[in-house]
Amino acid sequence: MFKDLFQKKKYAVVPSERVSAERPKREIPEGLMNKCPKCGTIQFSKELEKNQKVCSSCGHHFRLSAHERIAMTIDEGTFSEIDADLVSQDPLNFPGYAGKLEQQKASSGLKDAIVTGEGEIGGFRVVIGVMSFDFFTGSMGSVVGEKVTRAIERAAEKQLPLLLFSTSGGARMQESILSLMQMAKTSAALARFQDQGGLFISVFTDPTLGGVSASFASLGDYNLAEPGAIVGFAGRIVIEQTIRQKLPDNFQTAEFNLKHGQLDKVVHRKDMKSFLTKLLDMHSAKGDPADVS
Amino acid sequence: MSLELPFEKPLAELRKKIDELKKFGAERQIDFTDEIGRLELRYQELEQEIYGNLTAAQIMHLARHHARPTTLDYIPHVFTDFIELHGDRVFADDLAIVGGLAKLNGVPVTVVGHQRGKDTKDNIQRFFGSPHPEGFRKALRFMQQANKFGRPIITFIDTKGAYPGDTAEERGQSEAIARNLHAMSTFGVPIICVVIGEGGSGGALALGVGNRVLMLENAIYSVISPNGAASILWKDASKADQAAETMKITAKDLLEFGVIEEVIPEPYGGAHRDLPVQAEAIKEALWRHMRELSALSPEQLMEDRYAKFRKVGVFAEEAAPLPVTE
Repeated sequence: MFKDLFQKKKYAVVPSERVSAERPKREIPEGLMNKCPKCGTIQFSKELEKNQKVCSSCGHHFRLSAHERIAMTIDEGTFSEIDADLVSQDPLNFPGYAGKLEQQKASSGLKDAIVTGEGEIGGFRVVIGVMSFDFFTGSMGSVVGEKVTRAIERAAEKQLPLLLFSTSGGARMQESILSLMQMAKTSAALARFQDQGGLFISVFTDPTLGGVSASFASLGDYNLAEPGAIVGFAGRIVIEQTIRQKLPDNFQTAEFNLKHGQLDKVVHRKDMKSFLTKLLDMHSAKGDPADVS
Repeated sequence: MSLELPFEKPLAELRKKIDELKKFGAERQIDFTDEIGRLELRYQELEQEIYGNLTAAQIMHLARHHARPTTLDYIPHVFTDFIELHGDRVFADDLAIVGGLAKLNGVPVTVVGHQRGKDTKDNIQRFFGSPHPEGFRKALRFMQQANKFGRPIITFIDTKGAYPGDTAEERGQSEAIARNLHAMSTFGVPIICVVIGEGGSGGALALGVGNRVLMLENAIYSVISPNGAASILWKDASKADQAAETMKITAKDLLEFGVIEEVIPEPYGGAHRDLPVQAEAIKEALWRHMRELSALSPEQLMEDRYAKFRKVGVFAEEAAPLPVTE
């Protein structure tokens, strides 16, 4: 019949082991490829790493772990960690805190949200602290506060420049008032160090908010940030709920903060080390015009 | 609005009964002295029972009580000759912060504090006591002036926190708070802080780096509001009461942590029940601490303040492994 011409032929579906066995292969194996959270470009992890974890397509700066950052910033073979054995306690007996600490240690391979130490950048010796967002969203409790303070004191004692890379969701709620007081502790230590002529370079990385932003991270003699890093006090959602308005996409980005006078410079990751070296060099010698021939 | 909080209802009811009985007795000329005496005794017991065992959540509700005295309520009772000053000299006069010069028992001091509104209109003007950066910079200017002229600094802390707004971020809310922490640690004059209501996070601490930090008995002080903590912990901001118990926010808790030096007692039912009595207790404590601190040199005052904050924190040092080199 004419009608049959338009009828689709029905085929029996034969389950094929080959097809179903092949299917998982089409998915990207864990860790081989990376999708840029900003532009969606998929790139090989190895390529991304070669590019210092910056998207080759849109320039998005992926978040780094503390050790990745140190490897990128400090001259090879010069880093030695300090205060590596400081670990958080549970002074409030806060429900779930002790368990979460263990889980965060296991998943990040870190003991807390900051790694501190000494090393060289372009040959200049510095005391460095690098926060890691992958440990408890980089939150500051007693351990972060103490390690930052000890790093500052070490820089003061050895008369070395201090460099801190920050990333943090804010103060660690599970240590309540003790976390809040770390803001005062670190800021007071910085005031002493800076009043003695100490140099403190602060680098904001994505994201730096709340108690960390509102204490040592904002107190650099030079405040720098990586492109696109979210830097601010209150979180976007809280602000939107308060003012009952949608905020622009660029709100609290490094570029937004630069425009509003809150930063000295936004520095691309590929230029960071050379820029830091240049800045350290500016402070390495007291030039006397009389000596210049 | 009624003064009673839900947990105070039994007291209010008993008081009402006593009053009715007195009135009835007077009208009918019947002698109820014995009954009234018994009820008054029962009232005192009940008062002790309720106020002697307040939970952290009940304390939080007292700290947030709409009638709770504010900085400007205390100033005329605690000090004389108050001269209010204004502005940060950069952007604006943030009314969430008030301050100026005053005398405490005849001694000139600088006083600065958060200021909540007394009604809706006032609250809108004062951003409910939540400062913008210009507020923190206004406070800093007053404190720098005190440092220059060698006047002790007294701060009153009473805020839910720094204002979370877009313009606050644009003008550097973080930097403004951080700058106050930094600067307050370097002043060579005595700094005494009193948490009179709610001490909310960085916005509170920005007036809180003192040689002595005192708290009223029913004040609270925490890193995040119990409501905020509840919404993070249990995705439910209405569980603030539960969060209040967990977060150790009361004056008693903070005294145990060594974060504050003294708890200033409140009258039964809270500071709002008797402003003059409360103000007198604050004045007495301030004067006592000021006299103690006046014996110290500027360097000693700085050292004393540094040591106080330097030691805060609870952590452990595990047996050190071999140094890690990368």
